Amino acid sequence: MTSTTQHTVEFIYAILETVADPEVPVLSILDLGIVRDVQLKDDGFHIIITPTYSGCPATEMIQLQIRMALLENGIQHFQIVHRLSPAWTTDWMTEAGKQKLQAYGIAPPEKKFAIPEDGVTCPQCHSTNTRLVSAFGSTACKALYQCSDCKEPFDYFKCH
Amino acid sequence: MYSPLIRYTLHLADNALIMGHRCSEWCGHGPVLEQDIALANLALDYVGTARNFYQYAAEMINAADPAQKATEDSLAYLRDAGDFYNNHIAELPNGDWAQTTLKEFFFSVYLQAVYRQLLNSADTQLAAIAEKALKEIDYHVRWSSEWVVRLGDGTEESKERLLKALDEVWLHTGELFASDDHDAQLIQENIAADLQLVYTHWRTTVEKVFEEATIAVPAPAKTAAWMGNGRKGIHTEHLGYILAEMQYLQRAYPGCEW
Repeated sequence: MTSTTQHTVEFIYAILETVADPEVPVLSILDLGIVRDVQLKDDGFHIIITPTYSGCPATEMIQLQIRMALLENGIQHFQIVHRLSPAWTTDWMTEAGKQKLQAYGIAPPEKKFAIPEDGVTCPQCHSTNTRLVSAFGSTACKALYQCSDCKEPFDYFKCH
Repeated sequence: MYSPLIRYTLHLADNALIMGHRCSEWCGHGPVLEQDIALANLALDYVGTARNFYQYAAEMINAADPAQKATEDSLAYLRDAGDFYNNHIAELPNGDWAQTTLKEFFFSVYLQAVYRQLLNSADTQLAAIAEKALKEIDYHVRWSSEWVVRLGDGTEESKERLLKALDEVWLHTGELFASDDHDAQLIQENIAADLQLVYTHWRTTVEKVFEEATIAVPAPAKTAAWMGNGRKGIHTEHLGYILAEMQYLQRAYPGCEW
């Protein structure tokens, strides 16, 4: 019943799509770009992931969630493999992921700059009349900004 | 005895862990919320990098001698001060805000140059860990440079405090570039960072930021035998106190889990 050969790599990807980032739950781990590859090997599926930040406390939580999701779907033979290089970058975030972030109230990374002093698009009113409040935010991946037009403070997902 | 590569990996790990621990001491004590969060983030980066290096060191230690059963945790929590190979500047007390930010400035600029060189290390695992860590340390350099400029080119009191911090910290900067006995071999094998090249980058960056901060750069700090060398396990008195606090739980309740 649970022999891995009955399942396809596509099925694994479909399961992984249901695993959310615990810190930004609107994003799946596929949106985030941390799943680099899924391979079917002799000993089962190898799920290759690249952590976002070295010290991100969500990394272990994500691994646990991947394990749970696969087991719940009857996949028993698999390994989660850590790959550090090439290092994770926000360029790997999907376009759909960026749109979800924006709708959730977090400004998505803009390719031009890491943490600009100003000019990040406000996710609420879309003004670019915004300013950096702090380069460090509620999680390692975010910086804090404020919109000078609608006055709302907001998180910006740092370009990394 | 560990091989030169294991020792070097532990040195990189210890530097990140001890500085990370110092940064974490500010958690809940920052002068304003944003800066409290900033230091907690820096601590998180450092401890994350330390874990990557410790995991790699443990793997190599166990491959050489399976009886060792080393883990990232045993390396962090069960070694004594003499077996730590971090640089002195990582273990210095935080002091006031000027001393904390100046220390972090000197240290992160140093690490930035080390990690940049490690990108091309013949040891692919060190290169991969450095690639990850470099992206993070760039933020540390930016944050701490801004503070050095803000304090140096700020009020009379802020400048006075920064100069006082400079008096305290500068003499320890020489030790950052003091070699371990095996460095020459590791550099020849294209594994370790060449500290002379690291120094050139470090000095240039310090001069640039100090100019903006309107602070004169002192003459290169001399190293003397009495000052010891963290790379050889000879530390200031501060490391023992850090370990006493950091390792307390595992020492008092061996194998205790969260």
